[in-house]
Amino acid sequence: MGAYFSGIFSGLWSLFVGMGITFREFFSPTVTVQYPYETLKMTARYRGHIELIADEEGKPNCVVCGMCEKACPSSCITLAGEKPEGAKKKVLTGYHLDFTKCSLCGSCVESCNFNAIEFSREYNLASTRKEDFHFDLLQRLKDRNS
Amino acid sequence: MSAPIRIRPDETFTLNVGPQHPATHGVLRVKMEMDGEYIVNAETVIGYIHRMHEKMGELKTYPQFLMNLSRMDYLGALGYSHGHVLLIEKAAGIEVPERAEYIRAITVELNRIASHLFWFGAFVMDLGGFSPLMYALQDREYILDMLEAVTGSRLTYSYYRFGGLYNDVDDDFIAAARRFIPRMRTSMKKYHKLVTGNIIFKKRLEGIAPLSPEIIRKYGATGAVARGSGINFDVRKNEPYSVYPEFDFDIPVFHECDSLARYKVRMAEIEQSLRIIEQGLDKLPGGPIMPEKKKPIKIAPGDYYQAVETARGSFGIRLVSDGGKTPYRLKLRSPTYSNMHLFDESCRGMLIMDALAFMGSLDLVIPEIDR
Amino acid sequence: MSLTLLNVIVAVFIAIAFAALNAAYLVWAERRGAARIQRRPGPNINGPFGLFQPPLDGVKLMAKQLLIPGDVDKILFMVAPVLAMAPAITSFVTIPFSSHIVGHNMHIGILLVFAFASMGGMALLLAGWSSRNKYSVMSSVRAVSQAIAYEIPMLITAITIVMITGTTDLMGIVKAQTGGFWHWNIFPFKAGLFNPLMLMSFLIFFICSLAETNRAPFDLGEAESELVAGFHTEYGSMGFGLFFMGEYANIVIGASLTTILFLGGWDCPFGLFPGVWWFLLKIYLLIATFIWIRWTFPRTTIYGLLNLSWKILIPASLFNLLLTAGLLKVF
Repeated sequence: MGAYFSGIFSGLWSLFVGMGITFREFFSPTVTVQYPYETLKMTARYRGHIELIADEEGKPNCVVCGMCEKACPSSCITLAGEKPEGAKKKVLTGYHLDFTKCSLCGSCVESCNFNAIEFSREYNLASTRKEDFHFDLLQRLKDRNS
Repeated sequence: MSAPIRIRPDETFTLNVGPQHPATHGVLRVKMEMDGEYIVNAETVIGYIHRMHEKMGELKTYPQFLMNLSRMDYLGALGYSHGHVLLIEKAAGIEVPERAEYIRAITVELNRIASHLFWFGAFVMDLGGFSPLMYALQDREYILDMLEAVTGSRLTYSYYRFGGLYNDVDDDFIAAARRFIPRMRTSMKKYHKLVTGNIIFKKRLEGIAPLSPEIIRKYGATGAVARGSGINFDVRKNEPYSVYPEFDFDIPVFHECDSLARYKVRMAEIEQSLRIIEQGLDKLPGGPIMPEKKKPIKIAPGDYYQAVETARGSFGIRLVSDGGKTPYRLKLRSPTYSNMHLFDESCRGMLIMDALAFMGSLDLVIPEIDR
Repeated sequence: MSLTLLNVIVAVFIAIAFAALNAAYLVWAERRGAARIQRRPGPNINGPFGLFQPPLDGVKLMAKQLLIPGDVDKILFMVAPVLAMAPAITSFVTIPFSSHIVGHNMHIGILLVFAFASMGGMALLLAGWSSRNKYSVMSSVRAVSQAIAYEIPMLITAITIVMITGTTDLMGIVKAQTGGFWHWNIFPFKAGLFNPLMLMSFLIFFICSLAETNRAPFDLGEAESELVAGFHTEYGSMGFGLFFMGEYANIVIGASLTTILFLGGWDCPFGLFPGVWWFLLKIYLLIATFIWIRWTFPRTTIYGLLNLSWKILIPASLFNLLLTAGLLKVF
């Protein structure tokens, strides 16, 4: 009989303790970010999709060695390059990133020995068409420079 | 709970719980044969999110497959990556700098806390309490911010490399981790007051779904599910790996075997993980995080195995190599696969409410079961 | 006669408007309150403090297509939401908001409210049964056993109050409590009667009104993590909207009844300026507690709920009934 009543009272007490916690939380400040109105700055190491890095003249650093192409686990990257007459190095003529397959692992950036690609800070990528995620990075670099 | 009262044993109906159902947390389907609210028989159906990770392991080179491991279990990804890198390092004979190994242990434990916090919130939400989930997410967010600053990603970290780490932790991370420990301890007190002590919560879990040690052994369940049934098994202590022997921590074991015991094990594990992080930050040595020379990975023909303790239990990874660029066979032993299959046998005769609370206490992550 | 009829019609219209307004803005209050408890801002985009959110939600619900799944029992399926809403609104007519504001005062007001409250359970049963959905049927069976289990202690407690005040007239019950908070039924030192268990009775009544209105932690009928959405799984558009409004209207009724029976209705705690504002203040404080409780606790089990009723609430309320009878005889 005693256990019956003490059970009721301890149970009731635990309910009041819980309500005390939520009461205190009610008067604490909010902690959320109102997303479309406020945004957070992405951290320095944030892994977005990749972008080409340009040298001082605005030309890509890439030497078309193909390391990133090989490193990519999902074969998202397709490179095209040619060796102009008399030049020592190959010149990049097309850098195609299929972002629909990319899983943002970062192997490409890690494998690059020429400081030619970096992560962008972009995370607001949305579209209703698949084609919008086939990036021509060389064109994007030109657009950025101009 | 007494045995179910069979009113019309010949009149049962089939209830499909899932693949889209709020209680299954993903695309798990449970085919239940019901007698009223009592479960006569249940059958779990998996395979809705199978992605052939094991086959991918055979087709991709070792560094290419490294990224897949963080995509198996999206809540505790680092533990799985840890198993993989340890295996390859053992097989290829790569020395790991001490600093890298310490950072791995710290980040794995942080990730374990994050995973347990999310489980805690989702579990209480399964029972109908919504606010604890939000409080748990606030603390988890702190961990994710910390790990994002270091690894560059919030869930699919891909942070470990064969021989070391992708990049070093900075002072900000260490300061944030030190700030996190007291914060989390305060939060734990709040959770215990709000949830653990709550009479409704206790009544819902006490004595529900007792799992005997025999059934645990029969199905090979590990992790908190086994430790809630009095089986003292934790890979970190039983088959020590990495720098875990250097740390002083306990393995929480409860003998009640019910859902509340499994809950208590995970909550106690959060506190133990905090102890490990604290010691790891104190002992963190300087030095490089990758070996001096980067060698291409060559694995001699043979059979290799490595087990690690992830947030969900013992994760085993077995590699059979024929000396080529890709493995001959890669087998992933996922802990929840074994933990989940208990459900079919154990839930017979339970009310659907209790069965779904029991399922929550198993901490299932469906992509990890299906791989 | 014609004047009374007119009175009732006007009262019903006002009651519908009051119920709809309350339903809309209690949803807003619930969402804001829950958000504050969870340290979020809640709906705050549409209008100041998100105050335009409820009418916009209403527009959205009404603009949706009214879907009736194949193979359902069409008549019952359509009647059920109306049946959930109508009794709640009718109950408003007899509730005295102040000594002047009452739709139609009746000598058996308390009986009428309870009779209409029982019809809510009927609506849930019909909705679940006609939906032809296994989850819905399970939910409605739960809801009915819950309604039966909780109406008993609720009625016993109400009888206790009727014994103390000596009337079934809701207005009379309030009038018996006027003159400051020490006259209220909740307190044991009510003049001429020293019943120490009245606070317990209040708690019993409060718990029962939570269970009667299917509110957390007794929202077994909805139980979204088990039964998807329970009895209204198959309802969309305004069918769902009516269930929703009915639920909130029931909450207001529950809070009003608690206020009338235990907290002295429109009476001021200090005997100053009695009026409708005190009544509204009391019911909204009670509703705030409803919201507060919902966002704090997990859900009970069906057997836990029935155990609570049959093993604790019914014996306790019966004991208090006997004690009150004895005390009334002695004093």
